[in-house]
Amino acid sequence: MGAVDRFSYMSASRNSGRNNGIEVEGLVRKFKEIRAVDGIDLLIEPGEIYGFLGPNGAGKSTTVHMLTTLLPPTSGRATVAGFDIIREGPKVRASIGAALQETALDPFLSGREHLRLQSSLHGIRGETRKQLIGTLLARVGLTAAGDRKIRTYSGGMKRRLDLALALIHDPQILFLDEPTTGLDPQSRTALWEEVGRLAHDEGVTVFLTTQYLEEADVLADRVGIINHGKIVAEGTPAQLKAEIGKATVEVVPEQPDDRERLASLLSRFGAETAARPGACAVQLDGHGQLPDVIRALDEQNVRAAEINLHQPTLDDVFLAKTGHKLEGADDDA
Amino acid sequence: MTTTLRQIWLIARRSIIRTFRQPGVFIPPLTFPLMLMAVNSNGLRAATHLPGFPTHSFLAFFLPFSFMQGALFASGIAGTDFARDIDTGFLNRLALTPVRDSALLLGQIGGALGIGAVQAVLYLTVGLVAGVHIDTGVPGAILILVLALLIAVGFGTLGLWIALRTGSGEGVQSQFPLLFFVLFISSMNLPRNLIEVGWFRDLATINPTSYLIEALRSLVIEGWNGEALGLGFGFTFALIAGSMWLASRQLKVRMART
Repeated sequence: MGAVDRFSYMSASRNSGRNNGIEVEGLVRKFKEIRAVDGIDLLIEPGEIYGFLGPNGAGKSTTVHMLTTLLPPTSGRATVAGFDIIREGPKVRASIGAALQETALDPFLSGREHLRLQSSLHGIRGETRKQLIGTLLARVGLTAAGDRKIRTYSGGMKRRLDLALALIHDPQILFLDEPTTGLDPQSRTALWEEVGRLAHDEGVTVFLTTQYLEEADVLADRVGIINHGKIVAEGTPAQLKAEIGKATVEVVPEQPDDRERLASLLSRFGAETAARPGACAVQLDGHGQLPDVIRALDEQNVRAAEINLHQPTLDDVFLAKTGHKLEGADDDA
Repeated sequence: MTTTLRQIWLIARRSIIRTFRQPGVFIPPLTFPLMLMAVNSNGLRAATHLPGFPTHSFLAFFLPFSFMQGALFASGIAGTDFARDIDTGFLNRLALTPVRDSALLLGQIGGALGIGAVQAVLYLTVGLVAGVHIDTGVPGAILILVLALLIAVGFGTLGLWIALRTGSGEGVQSQFPLLFFVLFISSMNLPRNLIEVGWFRDLATINPTSYLIEALRSLVIEGWNGEALGLGFGFTFALIAGSMWLASRQLKVRMART
């Protein structure tokens, strides 16, 4: 769909009162000479969970800050919930909730006081506000801790309160900027469940930035990979993995001297790929499967200490699209 | 209540609550000026014997300086707290709500105003208990409190501007000694006409804080002095207007929401 057509679609949806998607066209943000976001296009459907992946410094947070109207773009255009982010900032803000990267909480206020302040600023008052605060605290599991000062909260509790604050005015679109960074696995899973419920049960569109590939894989309906300010890949996790192709077989020879012979043998099944020290790995290209590899090893009398079959992951997608692994990629960013 | 007034109240309430939940923040501004007042009113008592010194009580002469000092502390508190809000992203959180820029600024100085009010009442009470006689009586005492609060608002807003400029608590703290320096090159310790060092007298004369102190002082020791009050209130309103203008401009830069 062309850019103009896409914007027409958004206008139509908005008129029908059902638009809670995000449209981005050629969005650029420069900081002096650095193009932090370099002409990105996005189309995020209403009710979708969109995972925005990239290393530190790739442009994820800058994109979020522009889409949430906190930072004006240098050029390009975008609509959020059908409203232009430059001309209709207040309407955009009224439609979105955001839990930004910093857990921006006041250590001297309680969770309930935060919710009271935020809801009051959104014009929610009286009994409605009281009930809403109680409901949200219960929903994020903070009823008992609601009157405690934030400085006594754990990282997971702060993130959950952050989510409750983002939901206080019943937004159509939720921006979550690295919401699980620093959380323990249990808290992370709980947050994933809540985000999934919001999208699938309540139809909230979720724009989620993350450095965790697993998070995007588990949670996102579609994923965009940003690197050096540009979108380098986009699709469902399954599509992206399928693009990468087949599984990888990694073999550790029992005798280190056999490594060269092993590499030669494996090359019949696919192209050599990165492996652990002392191991050989190939990406299977369709000329054989794992049993064929094992048979060949047996025939050539190459004894293996370890054989691993590795299905493609988003990590492989990231490696293929950017030339480096996500971890440590920020060194190059 | 209009939306803006309500927003100001909400932000101010939060600012006051957080200030008074930090004893380490609000106790020193209350006690330090009192300690300095006690030391100076005794140590510099001999100054009252100078020909032309306007009062026999150095405590009465020095009392207004405590209000100024308190205002500077309030400035530091307002600035540091606001800088922390910028640093932690709390300002972004507020920016995502329908809060108006004006409400944000006016509300943020609520903490400074709150502590300014406590300080002003405390200093005045201590002064009265220690035997200071307010020449202008109860109306003058009320006017002292009003002017002291306005000065706290002015310096508090200046603190917000510095916070918005620097974006860090350290940045605000680093400006604090400069404000104290400005205060110390004023007529805080001697009336300007009794300062014998020419360059110091000139500096004290062009220093607007001299006129703020002299307005407060006039209410304590001189009676109703229209000129001193005019200059004092005039410079205070100028300080509020100027620092509010600077802070508003800087807020638009810092909070560049569309």
